[in-house]
Amino acid sequence: MATSTTAVDAPADVPAPGRRPRGWRGLPVIRQLRQSVGLQRGMLVAGLVLTGIFLVTAIFAPLLAPFEYSQLRDPSGAFGAQQAPSSDHWLGTTVGGYDVLSRVIWGTRTALYVIVAAVLMSIVIGVLLGLVAGYFGGWLDRVLVVVADAIYAFPSLLLAIVVGIVLNGGESSLRGGIMAAALSITVIFVPQYLRVVRAETVRIKAEAYVESARVIGASHWRIMSRHVFRNATRTLPLILTLNASEAILTLAGLGFLGFGIEPTAAAEWGYDLQKSLSDVTSGIWWTSLFPGLAIVLVVLGLTLVGESLNDLADPRLRTRRRGPVTPADVGETSVVPGSPSADTAYLDGKGPA
Amino acid sequence: MTTTTTEPTGGGGAPDATPTAARQRRSGGLGSYLLVRFLLIFPTIFILVTTVFVLMRLTGDPITAAQGGRLPAEELARRIAEAGYDRPILVQYWEYLGQLVQGDFGTAISDGREISDMLTSFGAATLELAFYALIVAFAVGIPLGRLAAYLRDRWPDAVLRVFAILCYATPVFFAGLLLKLVFAVNLGWLPVAGRASTGAEIQLQQQDSSTGIYLIDALKLGDGDVIQDVLEHAVLPAVALGLLTAGVFLRLVRTNVIGTLGSGYVEAARSRGVSERRLLRKHAYRPALIPIVTVIGLQIALLLGGAVLTETTFEWKGLGFQLVEYLQARDFVAVQGIVVLAAVIVALVNFVVDVIAALIDPRVRY
Amino acid sequence: MTTAPARDVVEIENLSVTFATDAGDVDAVRDVSLTVGAGEVLAIVGESGSGKTVTARSILGLLPETALTRGAILLTSKDGSETHDVVTLSRRGLGEVRGRDAAMVFQEPSTALNPVFPVGWQIAEGLRAHGDYSKKEARAKAIDVMRRVGIPDPEERVDHYPHQFSGGQKQRIVIAQALALDPGVIIADEPTTALDVTVQAEILDLLRRCRDEFGTAIVLITHNMGVVADLADRVAVMYQGRIVEQADVRTLFSAPVDEYTRQLLGSVPRLGEGRARTADRAGARAPGWQEATPVVEARDLRIVYPGRLRRPDFVAVDGVSFAIRPGEVLGLVGESGSGKTTIGRAIAGLTKVTGGSLTVHGAEMNGMKERAFRPLRERIGFVFQDPASSFNPLLTIADAVAEPLVVHKRAKNPQEARGRVDELLEAVQLPKSFGDRFPHELSGGQRQRASLARALALDPELLIADEPTSALDVSVQKRVLELFDELQRELGFACLFISHDLAVVDLLADRIAVLYKGELVEEGTGEQVLGAPQHPYTQRLLASLPVPDPDEQALRRAEWDRLR
Repeated sequence: MATSTTAVDAPADVPAPGRRPRGWRGLPVIRQLRQSVGLQRGMLVAGLVLTGIFLVTAIFAPLLAPFEYSQLRDPSGAFGAQQAPSSDHWLGTTVGGYDVLSRVIWGTRTALYVIVAAVLMSIVIGVLLGLVAGYFGGWLDRVLVVVADAIYAFPSLLLAIVVGIVLNGGESSLRGGIMAAALSITVIFVPQYLRVVRAETVRIKAEAYVESARVIGASHWRIMSRHVFRNATRTLPLILTLNASEAILTLAGLGFLGFGIEPTAAAEWGYDLQKSLSDVTSGIWWTSLFPGLAIVLVVLGLTLVGESLNDLADPRLRTRRRGPVTPADVGETSVVPGSPSADTAYLDGKGPA
Repeated sequence: MTTTTTEPTGGGGAPDATPTAARQRRSGGLGSYLLVRFLLIFPTIFILVTTVFVLMRLTGDPITAAQGGRLPAEELARRIAEAGYDRPILVQYWEYLGQLVQGDFGTAISDGREISDMLTSFGAATLELAFYALIVAFAVGIPLGRLAAYLRDRWPDAVLRVFAILCYATPVFFAGLLLKLVFAVNLGWLPVAGRASTGAEIQLQQQDSSTGIYLIDALKLGDGDVIQDVLEHAVLPAVALGLLTAGVFLRLVRTNVIGTLGSGYVEAARSRGVSERRLLRKHAYRPALIPIVTVIGLQIALLLGGAVLTETTFEWKGLGFQLVEYLQARDFVAVQGIVVLAAVIVALVNFVVDVIAALIDPRVRY
Repeated sequence: MTTAPARDVVEIENLSVTFATDAGDVDAVRDVSLTVGAGEVLAIVGESGSGKTVTARSILGLLPETALTRGAILLTSKDGSETHDVVTLSRRGLGEVRGRDAAMVFQEPSTALNPVFPVGWQIAEGLRAHGDYSKKEARAKAIDVMRRVGIPDPEERVDHYPHQFSGGQKQRIVIAQALALDPGVIIADEPTTALDVTVQAEILDLLRRCRDEFGTAIVLITHNMGVVADLADRVAVMYQGRIVEQADVRTLFSAPVDEYTRQLLGSVPRLGEGRARTADRAGARAPGWQEATPVVEARDLRIVYPGRLRRPDFVAVDGVSFAIRPGEVLGLVGESGSGKTTIGRAIAGLTKVTGGSLTVHGAEMNGMKERAFRPLRERIGFVFQDPASSFNPLLTIADAVAEPLVVHKRAKNPQEARGRVDELLEAVQLPKSFGDRFPHELSGGQRQRASLARALALDPELLIADEPTSALDVSVQKRVLELFDELQRELGFACLFISHDLAVVDLLADRIAVLYKGELVEEGTGEQVLGAPQHPYTQRLLASLPVPDPDEQALRRAEWDRLR
């Protein structure tokens, strides 16, 4: 059923109430935050807080971390390997003799670099291909879709490994390592963006306003840039957050398998976890727990933001404020779990009017 | 390319038939759908095999990768020529495809094993792990997803959603490490790693016609202790890998069931007095299954990727474990074999899943 | 049927419903009181947002969680033994009365049926919810109701899935589901809105039989005054959440009291209204007009959508010939699948012509290349059906209206075109300031005006209007149609006006062409086509159209029965 946007189109033919807020209140995320209620708001806020902490830590890592990521000794001597948490090393030291806390903090930087690089590259390529495939259709579209589907269905980690081998042959400077990881992740993400943008483009192409531009005689370039592009990319912030979390997981997975970045080049949580594998058997918990927790918290934060945005964008999944507080003598309509919250449809006498 | 109008029905407007709608009405039947779907397997495999081949060869020939620097230059060149890696890349590609069709994956450089042998023997272990993990994923993800949909926006739903997110926010190897730390090292309830104790493993492998799937072998052996030993070893890896997938299933089921719970036909059934419980279990669940099944097919990729990490964490000697070994030995012929096998599995699983989805959906069936 | 009912099956007292929305609370229903007698058909009419659907749904307690209901809704079972207040009933209690005491028929039959279960099973689900039925009994009962609602071969079709039925049959099955438990009242929410006129007549007939044969009361929610005149005994008119008038159907149509009711009835287009106008226009034409080169001419036009994957091709338009001369309005009428939209799109170069000949401004469209056609595009305007999607949500109205001017280099950018845009907005009676608004800030009717402004920006000689008013409420439709007529007279463009509604086409068109399954079955002036239809399909179409007058409609119904 087509849910009308002009929900309360009264007989007097007045426009839908509630203008889209302009200015800073209309910015993505902030708009959704204002829209959300109850548990959904709680989840969104929790996600934003975690993501915020992650970003702040990454930016101020040099100030926050007690040591360098590759520091093995200070003026008083070597740190020593596998030291339990103490006042000198709050979270202990690793088997390689690094300070765990410092590695965890510096790790946020590496993660951020990779996210930014991977997401930027995949968005540019994916959006471009998606627009072209969706708009022009034809054999190019079919080929792109089949290839994208094949890659999409393939285990992303295996693909990332293959790309990683090609790019650096296991070599791992900071920039090389980050670019290798980012490119591996890009290869996984491009098909996703392509699918999403293509689907949106195909939908928008059938919208009356695009047809209208065609009737007017607007060129393909004009239609694509002016009508399709901005409308087709409106859902991207949402995928972006979800992909950012996937990027971290893939980076960690690569590191864990030994395709990450060398400890002397940068701090990377997956690498640290790999090195802690043998520690666990002897009961040394701090080398694995903290980098692991760092991954979990960052991914959790990003995912909470992404899923909340997703829910808010989908009228079926979104919760809204209830009516005013019920006076004592008033009955309520039955609370039907899972009934549609697209309540505006009911206000609309004719459905798709 | 067809351009079609999307005229909304209703509003008093009699819609002109859109050509797509007209086409759907005269559906081509299940048979031709499945045939087309089956034929699609081949381009998928072909694309992946080609992609992997091209990517792997961009780095140069496998022999240099594996033994470059360790052998004198002439010896290296001799071996490259012997293996035929000095020929034009297209010739090699064509030959590789031909071998693949016959089930010949070549010979590993590092240990000289037939790769097809390696794939079957270690594949059994991975299959066993994936099977256990799927049981955990279905048993946890689907009922909890239904529950979350039913109780949506109340506190149990919030708890379940955070649980789901935690399940897939936790890297599977970290989950494995934690499980190991708690249940194997600290509590000592379960074994730390491996597929079976050494003694049991020897017994299992000495058996005639060993399948490589330890549970089946143990059952054939009929020794209660061995069966218990095998199962104990499977618990932690299965839970670690299973929970990862369970989180995805939970979210998937929740979202889709909420979607169908809000649909017109559930509303219509509700208007006839059908109880909420039955609405959930029958009217909303069945149609929600169609997208669920389709997406579950895509999760097989997640499961295979997770298996690599889980096997490494628990020293579960399957394909994933083997993959990491070969990677460290820079044996790209073997790596390529494993990746190609994964491609074939993914393509087949997706075909099977589409068949199941078609069987659930009468619109495809008739 | 107008005899005083023995007792009331539904009694609504001071019902108010408030919805929580993003824009704050909306009072959808305010202090409504209503009664429905046993075996009575009560129509609740009103336009979008009048609260009629909410009122009807609240009888079954089918409102979403965001709704807050106050007042009382007393629902009495058919035998009169039990009365419940739906507003205060528990969830379990609601489950018991739903389907047994009151049942619902929905607007969109295709979404009201579950796609993955056989229809018989779905009918049986309602039975099983209210008592123990064995599989066999339930099936027998399902076959029985299916036969009673006129599904042929119910024994076989009981196991079919919804997609195997046509739209009208689906609605019959939805009605069968409602009838299965023999409820005292059926709430029919726009039961025919999604259907073609000819199918609508059949469904209305079936609903009438429900009342006559089962003694079921019906609450009919509709915006269509013709449907009201056809079926209702009593009418309640709703406006902005309140009931403004309640009366016996004859009284309402002959002597409406409330101002809004009168306005509503006055807005409904009636057959034959356009005849005088057409005659005027024909008389005013210059001699030799007949010989002028047509703006559009189709000869044996054929448009085929190729089938994919071994499926047969779909012939949308088959051997159609017609001509539109300068300054002439051709009305194209047909039901869904008739090919009317396809023809409009082909003229605008949006759909490929596959056979025959179609000339537009003298250019042959069969085999036309987009590049060659582009210069001609400035001589064609197009108004789309759906006001919700006809504007890019990210551009202001002024930018959108300026687009044709910019594309055809009459202006360098939207700012430069603003003067002309303001003129155009004024011409379609929109305030200039609306140019700075975004599409979602305009109502449906305002957007259709803006759409008209955009189509006329380049002063085209040909305008194609594809169902431009079918998504609008009647009162809004009336004003848009008047505007359309004024502009057409003033600017003198030729026009292809596509609609499913004979009465609307009759208002505007000089000549009417009737399409049926891709073929043109009849063409002529309004007087010829509507006054003395020759083709059986035109006759049927005309007889199916309910008119807003109960007495006349009764006569037409008899005629329709004869034609059937």
